[in-house]
Amino acid sequence: MFTHHIRDIKDPEHPYPLEELKVITEDAIEVDDKRSHVRVTFIPTVEHCIMATVDIRVAPGTHATEAAVNKQLNDKERVAAALENPNLVDMVDECLAPSFE
Amino acid sequence: MNLADENFELREVQRLEGHTDKVWGLAWKPATGVNGIPAVLASCSGDKTIRVWEQSPATGSFHCKAVLEDAHTRTVRSCAWSPCGKLLATASFDATTAIWEDAGGDFDFVCVSTLEGHENEVKSVSWNASGSRIATCARDKTVWIWEVLPHNEYDNLTVLQGHTQDVKMVQWHPSVDILFSCSYDNTIKVWAEDGDDDWHCIQTLDESSSDDLTIKIWGADIMKMHSGDGNADWDGIISTGAADDAIRLFVESEDGLVDGPKYKLLLKKEKAHDMDVNAVQWSSMEHKRLASASDDGTVKIWEFIQKKLQL
Repeated sequence: MFTHHIRDIKDPEHPYPLEELKVITEDAIEVDDKRSHVRVTFIPTVEHCIMATVDIRVAPGTHATEAAVNKQLNDKERVAAALENPNLVDMVDECLAPSFE
Repeated sequence: MNLADENFELREVQRLEGHTDKVWGLAWKPATGVNGIPAVLASCSGDKTIRVWEQSPATGSFHCKAVLEDAHTRTVRSCAWSPCGKLLATASFDATTAIWEDAGGDFDFVCVSTLEGHENEVKSVSWNASGSRIATCARDKTVWIWEVLPHNEYDNLTVLQGHTQDVKMVQWHPSVDILFSCSYDNTIKVWAEDGDDDWHCIQTLDESSSDDLTIKIWGADIMKMHSGDGNADWDGIISTGAADDAIRLFVESEDGLVDGPKYKLLLKKEKAHDMDVNAVQWSSMEHKRLASASDDGTVKIWEFIQKKLQL
């Protein structure tokens, strides 16, 4: 189930998984299998944090320039280019590693 | 031929494998696929290479004749042949644009020049109609125009500022030296020069949001524009590739000629690829053939067919 993957992702700027921080809840995830489309709505913990997945939107009213951020987060080209940055990939890998208590 | 009443099909002819990452762009080589000259296609990928494919006259299938590597250190995002077909320009996330030449005509491509200057990922490259100018654009919000000089020399003529976000694509007008650029700032800019290579923005089109999922057709008053190469029957079919993995064909509708032409969906090919379709292009001489490039790492060749009606 998709949620299992997301709930354990660590916020790179806080030591706790996204689910604990209430950044992501199960309601925030909508899957449209027929159109190969997943939408995740999240509330950023700080105003300028950016992490990218499939199609994500900032909950309205919670970020300085949410329209611009939404657009960039959904810009496949920007995401692909960012992932070519080895430093960023390391950071992403670290966030995806399971946390041990 | 009356396109509106018949049944049409986009039939997959071949699936070209070889790239090991997303295929972002492709370009048919001009003047091939006609007059006995085998069709040639270039594709560019996240695997940092460009592949050049040629159709075998005997079997009709495409084979990879060259892999252009070791010039780009990151994704190759866009490729474009010069109008004469002698040169291939490739734009990369490594902030450079490489120019390749196949001097002997035997698919032994050599990188003869590298255009540097953009601050970050180059997204698109385009040659003007005469092959005397190249335009590039990047995430750095600028459009660069380069002059093509003898002996593989390239001079940067100007750096065009004006867009307020990434510039995604540049394209020259097919016959006059007018340049179009489109940006994530939701505008399309039109650039022209005053005769002395003094380039500036002569118009900004801003009536759309760039991810509103539509294609907009803009009319120009200056002159009538024709697409196609004189085959009137096939004029004006627009193909699109999308992130829903589908290819769509649009054609001018015969109704609504009062305000200007209207377009309608002629055909939708669902699941054309296993993942997003990043680029589609009709082959230049034979309008019935289409190539598509996808995140799934493949290029596909399609044939546009009119189905016989069952009586």
